[in-house]
Amino acid sequence: MSTTKTKILKAHEVPVPDVDVLKGWLLDMLRIREFEVRSMQAYQNKLAGGFLHVYNGQEAVAVGCIGAMRHTDPVITAYRDHGHALARGLEPKIGFAELFGRIDGCAKGKGGSMHFFDRDNHMFGGHGIVGAQCPLGTGLAFATKYNDEVINGGTSDSVTACFLGDGALNQGSVHEAMNLAAIFDLPIIFCVENNRYAMGTSIDRCTASGDQITNRAVAFDMEARTIRGMDVIEVYREMKEIVEWVRSESKPFFLDIDTYRFKGHSMSDPRKYRTHEEEAEFEANDPIDKLSRYLISEKLMKEDEIKAMSKEIRTEIREAVDWAKKSPLPDVSELHHDVYADVWGPFTGTSLPRYMQERSAEEAGDGS
Amino acid sequence: MANLTLVQAINLALIQEMERDDRVMIMGEDVGLNGGVFRVTEGLHKRFGEKRVVDTPLAESGIIGTSVGLAMAGLRPIAEIQFEGFLGPAYDQICTHAARMRTRTRGALTVPLVIRVPVGGGIHAPELHSDSPEAIYTHNPGLKVVMPSSPRDAKGLLISAIRDPDPVIFFEPKRIYRAFREEVPEDEYTVPIGKARVVREGSELTMVSWGASVIQCMNAIETSGRDIELIDLRTISPFDMETVSESVRRTGRAIVVHEAPLSCGLGSEIASRIMEECFLQLEAPVQRVTGFDTIMPYYKLELEYLPDAERIGQAIDEIVAY
Repeated sequence: MSTTKTKILKAHEVPVPDVDVLKGWLLDMLRIREFEVRSMQAYQNKLAGGFLHVYNGQEAVAVGCIGAMRHTDPVITAYRDHGHALARGLEPKIGFAELFGRIDGCAKGKGGSMHFFDRDNHMFGGHGIVGAQCPLGTGLAFATKYNDEVINGGTSDSVTACFLGDGALNQGSVHEAMNLAAIFDLPIIFCVENNRYAMGTSIDRCTASGDQITNRAVAFDMEARTIRGMDVIEVYREMKEIVEWVRSESKPFFLDIDTYRFKGHSMSDPRKYRTHEEEAEFEANDPIDKLSRYLISEKLMKEDEIKAMSKEIRTEIREAVDWAKKSPLPDVSELHHDVYADVWGPFTGTSLPRYMQERSAEEAGDGS
Repeated sequence: MANLTLVQAINLALIQEMERDDRVMIMGEDVGLNGGVFRVTEGLHKRFGEKRVVDTPLAESGIIGTSVGLAMAGLRPIAEIQFEGFLGPAYDQICTHAARMRTRTRGALTVPLVIRVPVGGGIHAPELHSDSPEAIYTHNPGLKVVMPSSPRDAKGLLISAIRDPDPVIFFEPKRIYRAFREEVPEDEYTVPIGKARVVREGSELTMVSWGASVIQCMNAIETSGRDIELIDLRTISPFDMETVSESVRRTGRAIVVHEAPLSCGLGSEIASRIMEECFLQLEAPVQRVTGFDTIMPYYKLELEYLPDAERIGQAIDEIVAY
């Protein structure tokens, strides 16, 4: 099979997408923001349980990066995962149902906030242990390469985006994953969402050479770059170049994306580790405002159109919450479903809850 | 039929499954050029190439995590961990990801992964290379745990494990890797996961064991000259309580034998289950013959630690005289 390699455009040569795409990104970022606002409310009202880590401020990262990929390219991330799932096309109502522990959730109400999965949209979670998703991402990239080369006899043609936070950089499994990706020439981008804080500890207090984290890639002889993450168009253009390079070379890439988490690590974070002045400074650099201003200044959208769009999103999200509230709770029998596939009949393991024993006795027609 | 050791039987199962299904591939430390630390994957690198038999760095968390990703994407990876003690660094990936992915995604993503691990003592190795940690993994719903005691079962169980839609930890008792040969069918066949094997029928008492200890049990039974039923669990999660129960109800006496330490070993669970299901038929308390609640000793004391025919024989005498 002969393939002619197309020229890979440098980030500054990548054209700004047309207005429909830009409008779509604005819609996506507004949807993520509103989803998080309503998630926080639901959490405070005890409508949602588990824990909650919101994405406010980082929207341009998920939307810009995922916008530069093919829909079939795998995406995986850690626990601050709502933005990536929504950017990949997860319906907000399904996300809320998951937060509320309802049967219609993307993990049928068994996963919660940290475990947003969407197989149809090639979104592989949503994982709760810091950094532990990186070996999985390496495996996903290995699988696309294996499928392309060994099973289909062609050349590697997919790119996996494995998102992680700057706090994950100090986890051993991340280093193992990066080394594996490097020696196996896997088509994966380690997208570090560098929001400057590992939970409540700033990067300069917990990460050696934290002012230049691309140093980590040097050890693995991996290409690396630092980009700004608050402008979705800029994120997209940089990511586009990198995605196409990774696709064509089948090699890993380390991408350091400078961003900021507007809210705390989780809902119980008192944020004693940073000042209100610092927060205000970054909030003035809101990625949604930035794209809105661009669209207005380029005369691609009018201010009232954007207002109408925000209103439309608020309605969509409110309806999604209402829908999710009405979704049924999982039946108690769900406890024992999806633990194993049922190929040898029901699990004969060491424990069954009482209600299931009663049920099997009834099914067996045993009245005693 | 071929007269094979346990190692050869496993090697044959790997070859047949890799020929049958392109999605089956092997990852691990020195599994390729060197054919694995115990030479279980000997010849596979040459036969299937470096893309399907992959030498990895010394990074157990990375190996298992990557294998989970491969499995989530639809492949059928087989990861080798060199010794059971090296499962420690991979515990997070096994128990937080492999075991829970099906539940967490409600079946949308599954992990058809086999983790092959040499296990147990008896080869003059130090601790971490001679341990029996199987109970730790049986305590994690979502995993299946298998440990064969013969070449024929090893081949059939491994083929079942590879075709299984869920993650299986396949423990291979090192002590009997090359200890004896057995006639093994050359064609592919499966031995069902979750079904015990009655090695020897008997009426005086029931002995339950798995892995290399099954051989020690046989020796003890032959020495005792008594009519003892020996059950090899083969799968330890989920274990075949039906076969155990049926036997103990008939014999009224039970001894569980395993290499792992006594406290919270699988013997504790089996004894409880026997008490729950066979209480009225029991003629004596269930006995356990196991390793001790200590760290697996270095080789000079190894045989003191491992249950042998003599210790099992004492238990037989006590339980019969009770």
